[in-house]
Amino acid sequence: MHVPDGFINAPVSVAAGVVAVAGVGVALRGARRELDDRTAPLAGLTAAFVFAAQMLNFPVASGTSGHLLGGTLAAILVGPYTGVLCVSVVLLVQALLFADGGLSALGVNITVMALVTVVVGYGLFQLVLRLLPKNRSSVGAAAFVAAVVSVPASALAFTGLYAVGGTTDVSIGKVAAAMVGVHVLIGIGEALITAVTVSSVLAVRPDLVHGARGLIKPPRLRTVEASEPKAGPGGPAEPSRA
Amino acid sequence: MTTKRFFIGFLLVSLILAGIVSYYASANPDGLEKVANDKGFNAEEKDHGLKDSPLGDYGVKGVDNARLSGGLSGVIGVGVVLLVGGGLFWFVRRRGSSDPASRREENVASEASGTG
Repeated sequence: MHVPDGFINAPVSVAAGVVAVAGVGVALRGARRELDDRTAPLAGLTAAFVFAAQMLNFPVASGTSGHLLGGTLAAILVGPYTGVLCVSVVLLVQALLFADGGLSALGVNITVMALVTVVVGYGLFQLVLRLLPKNRSSVGAAAFVAAVVSVPASALAFTGLYAVGGTTDVSIGKVAAAMVGVHVLIGIGEALITAVTVSSVLAVRPDLVHGARGLIKPPRLRTVEASEPKAGPGGPAEPSRA
Repeated sequence: MTTKRFFIGFLLVSLILAGIVSYYASANPDGLEKVANDKGFNAEEKDHGLKDSPLGDYGVKGVDNARLSGGLSGVIGVGVVLLVGGGLFWFVRRRGSSDPASRREENVASEASGTG
């Protein structure tokens, strides 16, 4: 959904730029709490993964494609503040090196694709997780729901900016309907990728999934005997899941 | 799985996606481009100011083979994002963290005893 130059007029582009700078500033402050010697490299790798996944346009309807936005995924893996920074770094590199996403629209793109997806996606993820049983499959399910909604939410945010600062005179209702319609379909792809990726990391290193923190509690002895018969005197430092 | 092994695996997945799988991505316009075209709000769209840059539009200028050009640009992109992002996150992180071990103990359901 990379907005090119010329879709949104200069004043609204500047305003979105101010919002983006403020959002990234807040994220930089908040990310300090999320990042340590172990999660900082993970966050870099998550940003690289989002970049790679964004290259993979999948077909959604006749003659239309979509790709991962990645805000929900990054927020669940490394935390919401760091998630905003992950997607912002990807958008910055894409705009400067790959001519993807207009330079004057960078603020619009960060606002729509980094801030909105993370706020909506991570907020919804936590809400859904609260309603579900506390186990691993709930994390995947919550990730799916959050990711589905985050994409049309992002499309609506773009439409909102377009309503205020669009450069052409087009019915906003029609734009909103078309944008949400196609982005619900793209959202399903986003949700599949997000749920599969989160579940995969959860399967091998549950301790590295920010969104699952505090969810998987140390089991009491009797539940361990029931559910994990092989819990033996393994290595003390690293979790023994494979 | 050790942390190092996990990180290497995660990076390899990204490199394979960007370097190889990306060749098979759909070339159709994305949702925004399609809607903009259908509804006509791309009338004022401008070309990207850097579209002729060495990596413009996910290809390496001067490399004619489409598979190689796109794949190489993807690998370079993964590397650049990793360096820029990783560098930023390493700079921002809490220094000398002493608590990851205790946090891990709190969150991982793999050890039974309190001594972890």
